[in-house]
Amino acid sequence: MPDSNKRTYLEIKNLWKYFGKFLALKDVSLEIKEGELVCFLGPSGCGKTTLLRAIAGLDLQSQGTITQGGADISNLPPSERDFGIVFQSYALFPNLTIKRNVAYGLENTGRSKPEIAARVSELLTLVGLPDQGDKFPAQLSGGQQQRIALARAIATNPGLLLLDEPLSALDAKVRVHLRHEIKELQRKLGVTTVMVTHDQEEALAMADRIVVMNHGVIEQVGTPTEIYREPKTLFVADFIGEMNQIPAIAGKSERVKFVESDMESLPHAFAEGEDIIAAIRPNDIIPHGDGARSPGADDTVETEANAIKVTVSEMEFLGSFWRCRLQHPIFGGNELIADFSINAVRRLELAEGGDMLIELPKGRLMAFSRMEQAA
Amino acid sequence: MTETATVSAIESSESKRVVRGKLSRDDIVMRGSMIVIGLYLVVTMVFPLYAMLSKSFSTYTFDLAAYEVQVSDESGENFSAPVTLLALNEELGVVSASDLNAGSDGRIGVTQFFPDFSFRSPVNYRLRNTTDAGRFLVGSTLNQSVEWIELDSNTFRRVQLRPVKETGLGNFRTYFETPALSQSIMNSVIIAVISTIITVTLAFWFAYALNRSCMRFKGFFRLVAMAPILVPSLLPGIALVYLFGNQGFLKELLFGASIYGPIGIVIGSVFFTFPHAFLIISTALSISDARLYEASVVLRGSPWRTFWTVTIPGARYGLVSAAFVVFNLVITDFGLPKVIGGQFNVLAVDIYKQVIGQQNFEMGAVVSVVLVLPAIVAFAVDRLVQSKQVALLSARSVPYAPSPNARLDWTLFAFSSLIAIFILGILGICQFAALVKFWPYDLSFSLNNYQFDRMDGGGWASYLNSIKLGLLTAVVGTAVIFFGAYLVEKSNGFKTGRAIFQMFAMLPMAIPGMVLGLAYIFFFNNPDNPLHFLYGTLAILVICTVTHFYTVSHLTATTALQQMDREFEAVSASLKQPTLKLFTRVTVPVSLPAILDISIYLFINAMTTVSAVVFLYSPKTSLASIAVLNMDDAGDIAPAAAMGMMIFYTNAAARILHLIASRGVLSRTQAWRRR
Repeated sequence: MPDSNKRTYLEIKNLWKYFGKFLALKDVSLEIKEGELVCFLGPSGCGKTTLLRAIAGLDLQSQGTITQGGADISNLPPSERDFGIVFQSYALFPNLTIKRNVAYGLENTGRSKPEIAARVSELLTLVGLPDQGDKFPAQLSGGQQQRIALARAIATNPGLLLLDEPLSALDAKVRVHLRHEIKELQRKLGVTTVMVTHDQEEALAMADRIVVMNHGVIEQVGTPTEIYREPKTLFVADFIGEMNQIPAIAGKSERVKFVESDMESLPHAFAEGEDIIAAIRPNDIIPHGDGARSPGADDTVETEANAIKVTVSEMEFLGSFWRCRLQHPIFGGNELIADFSINAVRRLELAEGGDMLIELPKGRLMAFSRMEQAA
Repeated sequence: MTETATVSAIESSESKRVVRGKLSRDDIVMRGSMIVIGLYLVVTMVFPLYAMLSKSFSTYTFDLAAYEVQVSDESGENFSAPVTLLALNEELGVVSASDLNAGSDGRIGVTQFFPDFSFRSPVNYRLRNTTDAGRFLVGSTLNQSVEWIELDSNTFRRVQLRPVKETGLGNFRTYFETPALSQSIMNSVIIAVISTIITVTLAFWFAYALNRSCMRFKGFFRLVAMAPILVPSLLPGIALVYLFGNQGFLKELLFGASIYGPIGIVIGSVFFTFPHAFLIISTALSISDARLYEASVVLRGSPWRTFWTVTIPGARYGLVSAAFVVFNLVITDFGLPKVIGGQFNVLAVDIYKQVIGQQNFEMGAVVSVVLVLPAIVAFAVDRLVQSKQVALLSARSVPYAPSPNARLDWTLFAFSSLIAIFILGILGICQFAALVKFWPYDLSFSLNNYQFDRMDGGGWASYLNSIKLGLLTAVVGTAVIFFGAYLVEKSNGFKTGRAIFQMFAMLPMAIPGMVLGLAYIFFFNNPDNPLHFLYGTLAILVICTVTHFYTVSHLTATTALQQMDREFEAVSASLKQPTLKLFTRVTVPVSLPAILDISIYLFINAMTTVSAVVFLYSPKTSLASIAVLNMDDAGDIAPAAAMGMMIFYTNAAARILHLIASRGVLSRTQAWRRR
């Protein structure tokens, strides 16, 4: 959790970046606290890597300032900034042994040879590869290479660690394992870390705070739960997790209307009668009916207005749950996607073509502008 | 979108200033080094070419109307009315109109306009320029004033008129009005086109045999095909003289036609351009996708149809590229037509004749400009085509594996054997001729022809010079070129500078060697040039050779560097380590195979090149390849062949050493490549 008492370590103010006529960053401002792990998340081309490279000084911003630890670093070259970096490609020097790779940044810094050797073996132990020091990078697996790249980046105790899609080149299983390790390591060292990723799961699992970006602007900054539970924009809602999007009309502050059906929703700021998009996540939809809950549990509809009878048009088995497509005249041609647990489906004896009662819980039903969808 | 709105918003807000990056020490070092190497290219290529171009547009003529004279009587006091030299010349006709066109060093003595002149006579002369443009020498003092000066007879004797320089197309007009000169354009183009067609056809089938058949001895054929690269282009000329020349034992095969001329040039050109065409086409054939052949078989295409719809289209960029490379090599080659061209004039030899034979530097420059044009076109087309060839490569292609087909395999084997016999025959004839006493009368073994010190051409010293040149070129050239390529590939920002550098690095390939060499005369032999001291030294030969072969080496280096992770520099900077440390510790070791390739390329070309250096060597720095040329010129053909074969053996040895070194380097410093 972000600790609001901690002081700001990295401050980005009004950053703009052009590549020729292409606008890659549009007035981006952001504060990163000391010791925090922040993920830049977004689709490719959203500007997240551009922002990281601006922080590193690898591609200078066109306008705007960056302050690190109180000092203005806006126009400094990378070599005069204080950061360690890990790339997707690892960028390990192929002709140097693992030891010499890790020692690379420690040389010419006034450290004696034994000091360097001690620090290298300390780092190799830290990343869990104490015996691999004399091998060459090509002799290690991808995950091992990435750990070495990490060890090399933190060898000099930089104030800031930058990770540019560090896990994207790895197998799914290695990725899950390594993201946990990186997170552990980051906590242990307490180093302020910025990680770029396009993988929402990775961001949700690792970040203290997530910065969701799209088309060169920051859409939302928040903790993983905030981003998931309270997306500020339809883009964020859609990009992280899955989201049903159904055209609707705004009712009074806490209501949305599907044709004649008036449902309760989360509070919104739209005027009554305005065209909106109503949104709800597939796994937030509650199935009702005999046996919908585990035996003995209470199956009461919380909000009568939000309960409707739908037809199951299609069912798809996805391993840990069933994905159902639900139809109802009030949704027009749109189908509602709902994920139900295997148990619920079995107890309700759901089948394609059957009818069922569902509820769109008011605390999960959101309203977004239709303008955004058009864009 | 709102993008346009925000763009104007940002432009209007003056308060936000554009961030200008501070340069790191590495940035400054790298940019500085890039500028230094860029300047090297400017001084060793752009300036000389400019000097040559301006030379080609310079005409020097004597304007007799620009001088006025008065002559006194015997008393030396009473002067006649002023009269121009033009008027005197019209009266006496001592200087013809063609004499008035001169080179930059032209001089006309003034006394010839006065038939009764005697340096002992008491008669005094007055002389002046009528315009500012006129000029004349009194002794060695240049006079450009319009004031009268009075001279006694003895001094007047030492007055010489100097031509006036004009800039214009005069030289080009003369060139195209002289059929003996302009005919060479047609000759060169015809020779180049015929050679191109023959070479590309032969090279295609040879490459086809090696890539698409199951014939035997492929490794041997591949080796033989590359042999011509190791000898100067004029060596096949010498072999052809032995075979088909006036004393040649196969002379009758020509049915009375002479080998001295187009026939000899074409056969020789096929020999020395063959490996170049073969390499390019072979690469094109080797990257073809087997799935296309499978598809064709499934669709029941006949082998013939498959050949025209799959093989040829797949190799078409290679074929076009090979054609232009061969065309360029033939049209710019000097050594071969010099040896076997006879009376058949081609452009490259014309430059030599104009400059060395007639000392007409301006006309040499004109022919050079004419020669550069087709060379540049061929170069441009080749670059364009090669960039497309890259696009054909796909990571998912499946390499084609030929299946045995006895008839096809043996036909191709027979064809390849003929090519191999041709190549080995040319080399064998030269070696045989070098080792016999006196072709064709006394075929007993002798080493007389290796006593180079007894012949023209510089003797064994020139052979040693060649080795020195080769080694220096390889070392200096590789260092400069690889470092230059590194800077242009890996430095930050500085886009304009890098683009200009890249352009300079590509230019040498479009410049024929003869043109570069001549341009060097104009630039470095100018006494006002502070670099004049280089003229006549081995250093200028090294510089010229490095520049001449810059482009291919630069491209090799660039390709190797592009294959390296582009984030190394970023990592190095983040670790606060100097980029030069990265360069020496990582970039160079990882690129060693490419670096060795560049050095062997430079060495072999330095050993075999004739064209650029033929204008630049001095008696002390004569080279083996030049010695071949000069001994052949002097009629010592057998020693020329012997020296040519020395070059061959040296290059072959260098190539083997390179192979061993590459292997050694790979196993020692590239241990990381092994898993």
